[in-house]
Amino acid sequence: MFRLDGKTALVTGASGGIGSAIAGILHAQGARVVLSGTRESVIQQQADKLGEGRAFAAAANLGDAGAADALVAKAEEIAGAPLDILVNNAGLTRDTLALRMKDEDWNQVLDVDLAAPFRLCRATLKGMLRRRAGRIVNIASIIGATGNAGQANYAAAKAGMIGMSKSLAQEVGSRGVTVNVVAPGFIVTPMTDALPDAQREKLQASIPLGRLGQPSDVASAVLYLASDEAAWITGCTLHVNGGMAMI
Amino acid sequence: MSEIADKVKKIVVEHLGVEESKVTPEASFIDDLGADSLDTVELVMAFEEAFNVEIPEDAAEKITTVKDAIDYIEKQKVA
Repeated sequence: MFRLDGKTALVTGASGGIGSAIAGILHAQGARVVLSGTRESVIQQQADKLGEGRAFAAAANLGDAGAADALVAKAEEIAGAPLDILVNNAGLTRDTLALRMKDEDWNQVLDVDLAAPFRLCRATLKGMLRRRAGRIVNIASIIGATGNAGQANYAAAKAGMIGMSKSLAQEVGSRGVTVNVVAPGFIVTPMTDALPDAQREKLQASIPLGRLGQPSDVASAVLYLASDEAAWITGCTLHVNGGMAMI
Repeated sequence: MSEIADKVKKIVVEHLGVEESKVTPEASFIDDLGADSLDTVELVMAFEEAFNVEIPEDAAEKITTVKDAIDYIEKQKVA
């Protein structure tokens, strides 16, 4: 079950906690994995660590115009195979209350968190449609469904990603290509580590399963949607949040 | 038959997996050759790539038959 032997995957934002867990699990299941991120030395190190001649690094700054199209071409070149799986995990935040939010904060988040994933989907879908197979998994966020004070830009981008994925799913379903979303809740990262204990405890109390999520919790969901076993699931948003929001 | 017409026909046969004899100039991609809307988009993109032309959205919408495609590309190539 859930084997990915012979498949080739591109994971963006692979240097982060969640992205690296996703790249790791896809690789462990037999896929060739191209790790993308802005920090070239970090992703190269990760690729070397995964090894087995099936892990590659392709640095990209998805905020740059043309970066998405170039990344898909580069990934297929270094992996020596067309992409079967795309995981749009890269994203950034520029948090501040709306009254203080500059156009630049808004635009940058929408660019990297929504426009770049769209461009990566578009570039990857071309080949997937031709081959009549493919898996796209977009990493959104619980914030895209619930909203969050201080994150109007991020919430808009992530909600946009969910709507985009549903539209793409309808466009390409007839060709055996699925487009799904994984929406993580609060995951243990350097950012949540930095929270004061009291706030952390309060956060934990709001999660029925009683703990923050691990990157591996998200990665497992991605693996499922990327596998052949999820062939009849498309346009779906899988919430991985410990029950914090039951939607 | 012109070189362009030949190439268009070949692309249509290849992409839609239909018999060559069915790809007549009057054949409609959707009504006669079994294409769906995504096929027609993919066909237009294949034409763009093969002939190195750009087919804007409003022109692409009017390309519904094999002859439409040939005519459009021939016009672009002459211009």
